[in-house]
Order: sequence, then C-alpha cells, then structure tokens
Amino acid sequence: MFPLTVENKHVAQLLLSTGTCPRCIFRFCGVDFHAPYKLPYEVCQKVEASGFEFTNLVLSISFPPQLSVREHAAWLLVKQEMGKQSLSLGRNDTVQLKEAYKWITHPLFSEELGVPIDGKSLFEVSVVFAHPETVEDCHFLRAICPDCFKPAKNKQSVFTRMAVMKALNKIKEEDFRKQFPCPPNSPKAVCSVVEIECAHGAVFVAGRYNKYSRNLPQTPWIIDGERKLDSSVEELISDHLLTVFKADSFNFSSSGREDVDVRTLGNGRPFAIELVNPHRVHFTSQEIKELQQKINNSSNKIQVRDLQLVTREAIGHMKEGEEEKTKTYSALIWTNKAIQRKDIEFLDDIKDLKIDQKTPLRVLHRRPLAVRTRIIHSMETHYVDEHHFRLSLKTQAGTYIKEFVHGDFGRTKPNICSLMDVTADILELDVESVDVDWPPALDD
Amino acid sequence: MATEPETPEDALAVEPAVPSLVFHYFTCWYKADVKGKPCEDHCILQHSNRICVITLAGSHVVLQSGKAIKRISYQISTNCSRLQNKVSRKFKLGAQILTELSPLCKIYCSDGEEYTMSSCVRGQLMEVNESILHKPSILQEKPSTEGYTAVVLPKFEESKSITEWVLTQKQYDEVVVKRINATTATS
Repeated sequence: MFPLTVENKHVAQLLLSTGTCPRCIFRFCGVDFHAPYKLPYEVCQKVEASGFEFTNLVLSISFPPQLSVREHAAWLLVKQEMGKQSLSLGRNDTVQLKEAYKWITHPLFSEELGVPIDGKSLFEVSVVFAHPETVEDCHFLRAICPDCFKPAKNKQSVFTRMAVMKALNKIKEEDFRKQFPCPPNSPKAVCSVVEIECAHGAVFVAGRYNKYSRNLPQTPWIIDGERKLDSSVEELISDHLLTVFKADSFNFSSSGREDVDVRTLGNGRPFAIELVNPHRVHFTSQEIKELQQKINNSSNKIQVRDLQLVTREAIGHMKEGEEEKTKTYSALIWTNKAIQRKDIEFLDDIKDLKIDQKTPLRVLHRRPLAVRTRIIHSMETHYVDEHHFRLSLKTQAGTYIKEFVHGDFGRTKPNICSLMDVTADILELDVESVDVDWPPALDD
Repeated sequence: MATEPETPEDALAVEPAVPSLVFHYFTCWYKADVKGKPCEDHCILQHSNRICVITLAGSHVVLQSGKAIKRISYQISTNCSRLQNKVSRKFKLGAQILTELSPLCKIYCSDGEEYTMSSCVRGQLMEVNESILHKPSILQEKPSTEGYTAVVLPKFEESKSITEWVLTQKQYDEVVVKRINATTATS
C-alpha cells in the first residue's frame, strides 16, 4: 500500500481531481518511497534503448503465478467480511489486481515515453515479473488438482499462470483455506522484473516486379551449403527493405513464380514482403517512391513498380491471383522437322484447349504425383524459320508451359509435339503478363 | 564391304539416344546385358533432381531385331502388378520398392519371345507408362521419350552413388562397338 497518512488523504484527493499526476502528489506530500516508481523507468529505459519507432504501445504484463493464489486468498477474506454484513459480492464486483496495477502504471509509462497506451498497437512491450520468495506458494494446488498440472514439453515449471487459475477455479473454499492463510502473509521483498521484451508487429510492403535476367532464381539457390547462383529476386528486393525498415527478417511471397531462365515482362508479377519486427515503420509515400527508385537503380536484373505499404489482409488478393487468374506467355520453339507457315496456323484457331498434365518430372522430387487439368485459352503463332516459331499463349493459372511444348515424355497430353506431330522443344520463355489487378497501380 | 562404324548410332541406325534438347537436363546412364541376357540393354535417364526414367537403350534386342511386339504387361508375378502402384502425396508413401533387378514389365513379341525390363536403379517406383499398354509400338518408335517404361525416385543418399553400377555414355558406346566388331568378325 502507498504510505499516505490520513492527513494527506484529502490533499491527495483534491490534487488528483485537478489532474495532477501521482508522482507529483507523492512529492508534494513529502513521500520518499521509490519502489512504486522503479518499475516504469527501468522498462522505459529498455524501450528507449531498443531503437524502435512507435506512436503508441501495448503493455503486456505477466505477474508471477503465485500472485493469483494470494489474490484468491484476499478475495475469500473480502467475501467473508461482506457476508458478515449480509452483503453479497460477486467476483466481478472487485477490481482485479492487474487492472489496478494498469490504472496506476499506464499513465506513468505514457508520460515517460510520450505516447498513449493503445490495446490495438502493433508495438508491444512485454514485462515479466517474478517473486522467488513465494514461488512455492502455489505448489499445494498440485496435490489437490493434479490434472491441472500436466508437464508440457517446453515449460520449465508446470506451475504456469493458466494452470494455477484453472486449479483455483476448481478448488473448494474450505480446502483452500486449510492450506493457505487468508489474508496472505506479508512478503519481505517486492517483485522483480526478470524479462523486458520489445517487439513490433510485422508490416507489409507490396509491389510488382519485372525480371530481365535468364539466370536469376526467385529464392536463393543453395545446395549443401553452397550457393549455386548469385543472388535472387527476393534478395534483390528485400535486402533494401530490410535495411530501411530495420527489420529482423523478411518473408517474401508472390502471385506464382517463374523459373530461373524465364523473364517476367509486361506489368510484372505481384509480390508482398512481410517485414518481421521492424524498428522503423512510418514512411511517407515520397519516401517509399525513393526506396523503389533505390531498388531499381541497384540492379538491372529486376525492376520494381507500385511499391506500397499494405495490410496483412490485402495479401489474400495476391494468393487468389495465383490460383484463379490467367497468365500470358511468349515462347520460342524449336522443331526437329522443317516447318512452313501453314504448319503452325491451325494453332491460332484452337480455343480453350483442355490439357492433362502429370506432375512434371523436373519437379516430381518435391511435388506430389498427380494429374492436373488445365486450359490453354488461346494461342498466337509467329513464324521465324524452318525450325523455329514463336508462340504466344494465354493459359489458366498453374499451367506448366515448358511441358506443354515438349510433352514431358508424353505425360502432358495433348502437347505441341502431339498437335503438330513433330519433336519440339522450348528454347526461351517469357511471362508477358500476370492478370491480377493487385496491388493497386500508383501513378509515378 | 561396309566401312567400320564410327559410333554406335551409325552401327545401329537408330535415332541418337538424346533426340531433343529436353535431355540437356538429363544424364544418360546405361546397363548392358541386363541379368546376363545378351543385348538386353537399358538406358537410365537421370534428371538433375535425381529422378530416373527407365527406357530401352537403342541397342536393345527389341529395338534392333525389328520384331513386332504383341503386348506388354505390368503383371510381373502372380501377386504383383506395377499398375497397382499407388504413390501418395509429397512424401511418396506407398510406392513399390525396387532394387536393380526388380522386374518392371514383360514384353511379349509376336515370335513368341519374351523380354523382361528391369529397374536398374534402387528406389521407389513413381509411375509406369500406361500408354505403351494401349499402343506397344510406341516403345519401338520413341523409346527415349513417349515409350519410356517407368519413373523411379532413388533414395536421396543413393542418388549420387548410382554411377557406381551403371555405364556412362562413353563406356556404353565402347561396349556396343566392341559387340558389333565381335559379330562382324565372326560372320
């Protein structure tokens, strides 16, 4: 309890009603008791030192589990006293210790850190308290409710707050009073802080990328610890974001992907990057534009457009695109037999061709064996020479284009080889468009 | 008198074992005289992801002799049909386990001769080619592509040691040329 004397009481009340902060009230009353002040500042120091940028925060406080036992004891005593006066009191009529603690400390935190406390804030400061002196106070509960205290895999102690609360709800009042004093004994020391963690919820950046290299994987290509190809689409884009947002790590996802040797032209492919635990989160649209420029200046293998901050929910649009939207491609095809223009013209007239594709051999080691039906909506041919022609195609999402051309040992049917009765192979493939209208296009 | 053949392809007058650019992702390995039977040569096309496609080598009797195939069967014993192979999901559970000598299929020719194709590779059977059941001639027309027999997934640890018991392209070519010269010499 705070050591305000009876004389101070109405002074304190008056000051409080004028909006004076508790700290000042104590000072005014000449109270020299630092314990209640120690906590916020220790935590505040850690928060300030952590280098996060934030405009609000949410505080998660963990009390030692045995505190619930002591609170329960106090509650039983209060209930008993109220009963003596023929008044009944529900558990919800009393203020929980944690609530009272928040009422006192939240304004202190707010003032020191200069930001409001907001339950919806993405910036979380978690503080864990311990009180070694009374750690065994809750152990008696195990004898009475053993099934509440099953050892979980990663926990050091079975006496978690959840388990203790569960047992307290089960235990009969008489049994509790036999084992634990009401009111609880007064401890010698106050709680100490054992852990202070700061973390910021992830932020999301989306955009569209073009890929101009035929020698760039989407994700880093590492076998047996050895990097097989320099860099990757995801690193060329994300590394800059990681630096500027001062994030711990990133998760890159896109609306489908292309092979190492395939270019992505046209409007580009939608992507989204989750930046984990970013220390900096506020950017103007100008700053984002500059970031986009920086990424584009740093490499000619990829280019990025429509870079913008988005919400987690928006990511759903992109994944929807992967499964539902059409894509258009352009392929350079070689044939073993000599061909004339008339030999390829018929392909222009084929609409909505259904093909059955068994899982291509080149991905069978990491994909389940299955047959997938896909639709080639339309095709357009451009004759090059006796052994080459260009084929533009518009297909359903998830179509393996290379296999449609060479047939994959006849495991994709029909295919260009079977349609033209030649042996054909694909020399070059480009993605011309990914028909997803997300993220929203930005005017530059 | 004919000139000495330069390459096995000249000697055998078949399409090269690597008919198209598809195979720049595959390495060709060979097993000659499988199970001690003369000229029953197999070609294993191994992808860079370790998956193996089992096919007839150009020098195999069935391709060289010009005999007609009556039918092909995946029923390799009373209790075992390769058609019953069921591979589930990503981890390929339920696949039939193969050793190098495991039979894959039987080829019945119209002259009454019977030839068995063997796995040549240890691993899990992914699939067998059902189109050759309906049209056996594909086996002879396009042995290295549409006429493949089976797809086998070697165990990851063993995928590199496959080279220990098969022939490289070069070694195979030498075997074939030697064989041809031996036949020419005795005739």
